Amino acid sequence: MGRLIEPPRGADLPLEEIAGWGRQPVSRGRVLRPDDLALPDGGDPVLPRGLGRAYGDAAIPSAAGGLVIESTRADRIRSFDPASGRLHCEAGLSLAEILRLFVPRGWFPPVTPGTKFVTVGACVACDVHGKNHHRDGSFGNFVERIVLLTADGRLVECGPDRERELFLATVGGMGLTGLITEVTLRLRPVETPWIVQETEGVAGLDAMLDGLRRSAADWLYTVGWIDCLARGRHVGRGILMRGRHAGRVEVGERRPPRARALRVPFDAPGWLLSPLTVRTFNALYYRLHGAAGKRRLVPFDRFFYPLDAIHGWNRLYGRRGFLQYQCVLPRAAGPAPLAALLERLAAVGAASFLAVIKDCGSASDAYLSFPLEGTTLALDLPYRGPQTEALIHELNAVVVAERGRVYLAKDAMTRAVDFARMMPRLAEWQAVRDHWDPKRRFRSAQSVRLFGDPA
Amino acid sequence: MKVAFVGATHGMGRALARRLAERGDALFLLGRDAASMSLAALDLQARGAPGPVLHGPLDLGHPAGFPGALDAADAALGRFDTLVVTGGLYAPQEELAADAERLGALLDANFTGTALLCQQAAVRLAARGGGDICAFSSVAGDRARRSNYLYGASKAGLSAFLDGLDLAYRARRVRVLCVKPGFVRTGMTVGLPVPPFAGEPDDVARAVVRALDAGRHLIYAPAIWRLVMLVIRALPRPVLRRVQF
Repeated sequence: MGRLIEPPRGADLPLEEIAGWGRQPVSRGRVLRPDDLALPDGGDPVLPRGLGRAYGDAAIPSAAGGLVIESTRADRIRSFDPASGRLHCEAGLSLAEILRLFVPRGWFPPVTPGTKFVTVGACVACDVHGKNHHRDGSFGNFVERIVLLTADGRLVECGPDRERELFLATVGGMGLTGLITEVTLRLRPVETPWIVQETEGVAGLDAMLDGLRRSAADWLYTVGWIDCLARGRHVGRGILMRGRHAGRVEVGERRPPRARALRVPFDAPGWLLSPLTVRTFNALYYRLHGAAGKRRLVPFDRFFYPLDAIHGWNRLYGRRGFLQYQCVLPRAAGPAPLAALLERLAAVGAASFLAVIKDCGSASDAYLSFPLEGTTLALDLPYRGPQTEALIHELNAVVVAERGRVYLAKDAMTRAVDFARMMPRLAEWQAVRDHWDPKRRFRSAQSVRLFGDPA
Repeated sequence: MKVAFVGATHGMGRALARRLAERGDALFLLGRDAASMSLAALDLQARGAPGPVLHGPLDLGHPAGFPGALDAADAALGRFDTLVVTGGLYAPQEELAADAERLGALLDANFTGTALLCQQAAVRLAARGGGDICAFSSVAGDRARRSNYLYGASKAGLSAFLDGLDLAYRARRVRVLCVKPGFVRTGMTVGLPVPPFAGEPDDVARAVVRALDAGRHLIYAPAIWRLVMLVIRALPRPVLRRVQF
């Protein structure tokens, strides 16, 4: 039944430490976790946040002590149509919960990032992409309707065919056009919880790019893992992985194993992810998966979310945290700049646990959507202070020169001037934001850094 | 099970109702906020409750409405066999101490109302061969603390009532489960300092479903709070006088 009094306003809340998944940078804020999404009275700046899987400063308040509205408790399903797969839910519902509830009924998220611990609202706000981008594009392509609580306190519906500009600004808009409260999306029908997976060792970057292109026609999901420490003729050496949902006949009576979760209980010492240990890991990984033409059935969790099995894996990078860098370069740029990026990373020995390469399909119409037709590269960089920041600006220079862009869900460091050069439709996005939130009620540390919002 | 559920819209009640819905139990929601119950009903249906999930009005502060509410549950479910009450009121000690009206409303809902409702349900269930009653009390009722004794007193009374109800009705096949949550992160506890061993609503829900199935009469959730309260109950009075909690 609830309280006799109203829940405390923002000012009464205790200060909490707030960081992205990379745990760098770290700030403090006051966090509301309401069962029903609403905007607090008064015009104080607010920042919507989901499960905190954005790596950088996208979900960190604009100023220390700022108010954050965490959506995770607003996770009711409003309706599900088992004939069409249309799901109408509140923004805080996670993909993990969608998978738990709907995979047994034969439905799957249409697009999923590399973690399932992400809310539907965040999937819209970041316009996330997955291993099927070459075929299906990004999350926004499957969204039919968004309900948004805008800065003036109104509930506004938008979609591909109503308030289209607001829709295009909200998909990929990093939660800065308003508080996303409800989303209607189309799930994908699947017959089983299993994935038919093939892995193939590839010797270098050209072979990797060629492999991704070859696989794109026949496989719904493709991705490559690159050993970042390989140099010279080995640059781009790695494993190509492709998959598709398995049919009932292929699976037979097999039952998915119970998921086991490990937890990283404390911050790892700084030396754990040294170039030596990572080099060893990468070499072993290559040997393990490199055997040609390995084909097998794996549970969807292992195919899509290998790291989700280790709760708090971000702590492996120690107390200083890490940055994730993800960029996409247009196909026209060719493989040379990709090789240059990889060479540069290998040369500075910026140890990377995970280097992921993926070919992207057509770009979305959403103004700030990240993917564009070409190749995307994502990797972790342990945070070592100014030298890491300098490295990122150096990588960004290559990206700007090639008309590529970086992914805001990962970014913590990019300069405003560089970002503006990467996003040709930034002005259109700003115009929509000027209309719906002229006073910048919705802002983040990232929007202060990139869009000149007041802190 | 066919469950009449008071408080399924928020917090621990929402989590527990979902668990029941997902395993196919039929639900009828009771509460004050019809709009909120409609949304909860849609959610529970989508999660697998045999639908449609209906709801009716009930205010724990107005016992005159209880027979009608239980009739409505009987009509909707074809005789309910389980009553769950997670609803209750909370307000910080200072505000209750300063406002007799609020304090009265809280004592009415948490003790008088909940006890009257459970008593009436027990009579109904006993008359038709048995059933289950599950109500949420609190660890705050286990020992009075200066910072929380008004809310705690309402729950102490409820715990004693539920304990006795179970003794009185178990022979007539009515099993009564008293749930004592420790500190759980919900809308009710927003802004309060978070102590060690704080739990999540779904942890409590899982434990309650297990306890209901096993026919237990008392659980602490998360379970560690049984130990915590063992210690707190054992604290000598001079110590309690000195500590600020």
